[in-house]
Formats: sequence, C-alpha cells, structure tokens
Amino acid sequence: MARRAWYWLLALPFIALLDVPIYNRIDPRWDGIPFFYWYQLAWVVLTAALLGIVYLATRERAR
Amino acid sequence: MSLTAAVFVALVLVASALGFTAARRNGGDLRALDEWALGGRRFGTLLSWFLLGGDLYTAYTFVALPALVYGVGALGFFAVPYATIAYPIVFLLLARFWSVAHERGYMTAGDFVRGRYGSRSLEIAIAATGVLAALPYIALQIVGMKAVLAQLGGIFSFGGGAMPLAIAFALLAAYTYIGGLRAPATIAVFKDILIYITIAAAVVIIPHALGGWKSIFAAAGNALASPTHPLPLLVAPQMQFAYATLALGSAFSLFLYPHAITSLLSARSADVVRRNAALLPLYSILLGVIALLGFAALAAGIHAPPNEIVPILFARYFPPWFAGLADATIVIGALVPASIMALGAANLFLRNVVAPLSGRAPSREAGTTKWLTLAFCALSLVLVLSVNVKFAIYFQLLGGAWVLQTAPAIFFGLGGRSLPARALLAGWFAGMLAATSFALMDGFAPNVALHVGSFTLIGFIAIYAVAINLGVALLAALLLRDRTPQREIA
Repeated sequence: MARRAWYWLLALPFIALLDVPIYNRIDPRWDGIPFFYWYQLAWVVLTAALLGIVYLATRERAR
Repeated sequence: MSLTAAVFVALVLVASALGFTAARRNGGDLRALDEWALGGRRFGTLLSWFLLGGDLYTAYTFVALPALVYGVGALGFFAVPYATIAYPIVFLLLARFWSVAHERGYMTAGDFVRGRYGSRSLEIAIAATGVLAALPYIALQIVGMKAVLAQLGGIFSFGGGAMPLAIAFALLAAYTYIGGLRAPATIAVFKDILIYITIAAAVVIIPHALGGWKSIFAAAGNALASPTHPLPLLVAPQMQFAYATLALGSAFSLFLYPHAITSLLSARSADVVRRNAALLPLYSILLGVIALLGFAALAAGIHAPPNEIVPILFARYFPPWFAGLADATIVIGALVPASIMALGAANLFLRNVVAPLSGRAPSREAGTTKWLTLAFCALSLVLVLSVNVKFAIYFQLLGGAWVLQTAPAIFFGLGGRSLPARALLAGWFAGMLAATSFALMDGFAPNVALHVGSFTLIGFIAIYAVAINLGVALLAALLLRDRTPQREIA
C-alpha cells in the first residue's frame, strides 16, 4: 500500500470524536461508567494503536 | 510540621536538586543557545516523552479539569477528545515541522515564518502572539500551586501563599537559568513517575471509598441536575457543536504554543516525534481519569472553590504521607511546564520580536535569553499575586484563541505552496480582532452563539475567529494576485 493511503487511517479519530451525537448517550454502561465516558477513553487507546500502525507501516529505511 | 507537609517539602526539594544537577550531565556547552534552550536537539524517544508529557499535562490541567467537570458536568470532558485528536496532528504536521526546522536550524515558530515567507512583519506578528499566549499559561501554573498551598494550610498559606510561591519560583528561575531545557527535562522524569503513582492510587482508592463508579455517577448526576440541564452527565443537545469545536480548536492550538514547539524541537529526529505521537496518548488516559475526579468530588459532597477539590480529595482519602506526595506531584507538575514556558517565550521574544525590530541578527549565545527567562518568571508571579485569578483564567482562554490564529501561516507553510505573507498577515489581524471582540462581547465565555436567521450555533470562539482569519487571508490572496504579477511563493 502506498504511504499516503495509510495516513487516511488517521481520519478515523476525528470522525469518531467530533461527531458528538453518536456517543452522547448513557447506555450501554461499562462497569457503571456511562457510554459517553468510556467510549471517548476507548478512542484514546484506539488512536494510539492507529498511530502505532501508521508509524510502522510508513517508516522509512528500517529493515 | 505535619507528616503531609514534611513529605511535600522533601519531594519538592528533591525535584529542585535534580534541576540544579541537570546542567552537569550530558556535556554540551551551555553558553550556546542551541544547547541551553533546546538541549542540543539530542533528546531521544523516552526523554522526549517525559518532557512533552510534563509540558502538556500540567498542574493547571490536573487542578482545572476536575474543577470544570465538577462545575459543568459532561462539557468539561472535552479535554479528552482534545488530547486525543491532537496526536494525529502531531504525527502528520508537527513531524514535518521538525524536519524543516532541523534542516534550516530554526529554533522557534517565528524563525520558521521568517525563513518560509521572508516577511519580518509576519514573523513579529506570529512571535508576539505566542509570547502573549504563554504568559497567562505560566500564571495559571502558579494558580495550580496556590490551590495546593491553601490546602496544606499553616505557613504554606501565609499571606495568600505569596511567600512559598515566591520561594518555589526563585528555585525554578535559578535552575532554568543554569541548566536551560535540561533542567525541566530531568525533573519531568521524576514528576511523571509521581503522577503515575498518584493517579493509580487515586483511581483505586477514591472510587472504592465512594462505593464504585456507578454510585459516583448517580450521585454526581443528582448533584448537578438543574431545570435547564436535566441530564448533566451528557452534553446538552445545543452544546454538542461547542463540545466538538472546543476539542478541535484546542487540539490544533496545542502545539503552536512556544513551550510545545521548544519541547518538540529538542527531539533528536522526526522519527522520535512520530513515535511520541503514538506514545503520548497514554497521558490522555490519565487526563480522563483525573477529569472524572470532578464527579468523585460531587459524590463525596465536597463544597469548595472548584480549584481546590483535588487537593481536598487527596487530604480526605489518602493517608497523610501519601497526601504529601500527591500535593508535591501537583506543585512539581507546575514547576516543569512553567520553566519550559518561560524559556520558550523568552527565546521567541528575543529572536523574533526584539531582533527584527532592532535590525540585528538573532544571537547564537544564550546570555540575554537566560536573563529574559528570569524576567518572564517574575512577571508571571507578579501577575498572579496582583490580579484576580479569574482574570488570569480569562486571559489564558483568550490566549488559546489567539494562538490558533497563527495556525494558517504555520500549517500552510509546511506544504509546497502557501499564501502570500501579506494575505496571511491580514487574516491573522482579522482573526485576532475577532477572537478578542467575541471574548469581550460575551464576558469571556469560551463559546459564542452564532445566529444565522432563526438558526443558532454555539461554538468555540477560537474556531469562529480562525474561520474569519482563513476567509480574509484567502480573499486577500485573490486580490493580491490580481494586482501583482504572478509570483511563485517558494
């Protein structure tokens, strides 16, 4: 895959976090924590994972 | 002295000692500006991670964020999406900024603008904006320290805490003067270990004491509910756009602050910057947990000035020695970023405001910058001790809206083609004017309602102002193209 194509993965956190109505709800809860809160915290982890993937896929030289 | 106070004082002294010894490590001639202000641009992934973490997740964050959630509920949680989408921006744009800056030897955003556009007026505009935005930010670190000192009480809160604050700031100014960026970088490692310990303990002990997250959310929801906002655990429908624009605007402005650029450029390579973009979100999880402490304070039935709820939670639920450790964490968490902010602002001011105005080339030596760093520390201390805390907070909010107005010149400048300097300058001026008038108009509320016919959209003032900025810049670019012969801006 071309390097530029990988970068599109990084659009996902913007869509997932800036479209507030999709997560502005209480249920389903997770361990008592409303959806609104654990969804956004989950996206912190997902964004870090996506950045890791894009970093490894687009790294120059190496190997 | 109580056990809490003894542990607190001991840890703050250890941190200061680390700051003073930092200069002796890693060699390098600290008389050279590159060595003093950017640590010789030699920081690897781990040290950059600590430094950027110490720089962006500050004492003020740890005090103000729970305070905001405590006061307004879900809307205050916008810091989490903000501190998440900031990192794709770092990965894509700031890593590129690092490469350009490294290649051409730029040390500041002002250097970049001068090199890229060859315009000294645009350079001065961008640099002055950064300096103005940095000052209230330093002042707010002191506000964070004040909250802790008030909780410690006794001699620590004597005279509104002026004396201990002045001592802490004298220490900070001294080790920054001696060690440059190496001092906060070294302390940042110690500070972050303390932060991780404190938050890990808080997240286990406090919810346990309050009957778990389910009852915390239930109690907080009841405490915050009002006829105008019946569901405070969610963002009110008319505020959803504000929530998104607060996150987006803050994310784009985060790395335009002088202290963020200083830390960024001290990285060894663009690869270190990219790796950090993937690793720094770890701090954003902490940020989310800390924000939720605002709900814990509501559930615990704490009635206090919002800025003091976190130290109160520590004092109530931690054993005394551990409360001392947690309090020290907040104060050291203020000293690290305040040091980088004073250093970054001083460097920016001398290189890109004073040098172009006096017509001299910026110095390669650290001498004057070191003195100005001391002056900025003193100025912020005076600002906090003499003016209302509320004013410092308003000023900081406005600073955030201002600093975003430098985004077009910097981010467009990273591509092959950009707009002419004069068009960007016109846009910057319009954006600054708009941000300032929105803020004054609405009593310094971060959001403003935009009325289009019968349609009302409440959004973050920085985003509206930057839209005006872009519109004016594009229009000016079109007008300039018609008037002047076609010229490629390389």
